[in-house]
Amino acid sequence: MHIPDGFINLPTSAGFGAAAAGGVWYCMRQAARLLDDRRLPLAGLVAAFVFAAQMVNFPVVAGTSGHVIGGVLAAVLAGPWLGALALTVVLVVQGVFFADGGLTALGLNVVNMALAGTLGGYLLYRGFVALLPRTRLATMAAAGVAAGLSVLLAAFGFVVEYAIGGEGGVGVGAVAAAMGGVHALIGIGEGLVTALVVGAVLRTRPDLVMAAPLVEVPSRG
Amino acid sequence: MDRRLWWFLGIGLALALVIAGGLSGFASSDPDGLERVSIDQGFAETARDHPLADSPLAGYAVDGVEQDRWSTGLAGAIGVAVTLAVSTALFYGIRRHGRARRGRGET
Repeated sequence: MHIPDGFINLPTSAGFGAAAAGGVWYCMRQAARLLDDRRLPLAGLVAAFVFAAQMVNFPVVAGTSGHVIGGVLAAVLAGPWLGALALTVVLVVQGVFFADGGLTALGLNVVNMALAGTLGGYLLYRGFVALLPRTRLATMAAAGVAAGLSVLLAAFGFVVEYAIGGEGGVGVGAVAAAMGGVHALIGIGEGLVTALVVGAVLRTRPDLVMAAPLVEVPSRG
Repeated sequence: MDRRLWWFLGIGLALALVIAGGLSGFASSDPDGLERVSIDQGFAETARDHPLADSPLAGYAVDGVEQDRWSTGLAGAIGVAVTLAVSTALFYGIRRHGRARRGRGET
């Protein structure tokens, strides 16, 4: 479930809607010069794959499930700007066609998952990559750990939004603790899935991993 | 474009369809992280009904398909197709707009 209408009041939702629009516009500006004949269909596939992956809720603790966000996965495979746009498309499709995630809450969800989770997680990934050896395993680990942390970034985004305009009068500290606890567990799943998929693509078509240009590729002759 | 890229894209798309169309039927239906927090902390009831809650694909189920796994799987496959179409259209639009802007000498 993404944030439904009602959790966050309208003025706050509108503010984050404007922030989301600005962020997405900036991503579009950045993406325009990257869209060559390889990246364009790949980014479309990444969006479709993220949609699919988000449908599969896995159990985390008794009576609670989680699903991957896929933001860091998208950013590593398609680059951060196209990755963030792919996540935005997924969220719009989910909200409009599947009634998943509120319409007034769309900006909140885009800021948390497509911008904070994807771009923030990607920055962490780049940091880890810079520190680690340039191997496939290290790239998988960097992507996995960054993806796990990106779930906490997205959860923290909700906490900030709830602190500004949350309905229901629940203390922010309690919401933060509860969000952090459960999303730390979901982050483990996110990290594993991201590492495995990045690893699989690095093994088959390393040249298609847009954000791992430094991985040394054994020549195929 | 090289044929191996199309193979990669085809296999990737097939995987996405298998995940959304098949694996999704076995997904946990327990409340997810945010929903759990909203229930436990007591703000779940502030959620309003989705304005499109009666649309034919709402809740990842296809209207008129009774069997749950088929309904979810079909909704998932449709979602993969729609996401691919919308994102590809968006990316083509961005590319065309970017080229037109560069053509006019803007940055």
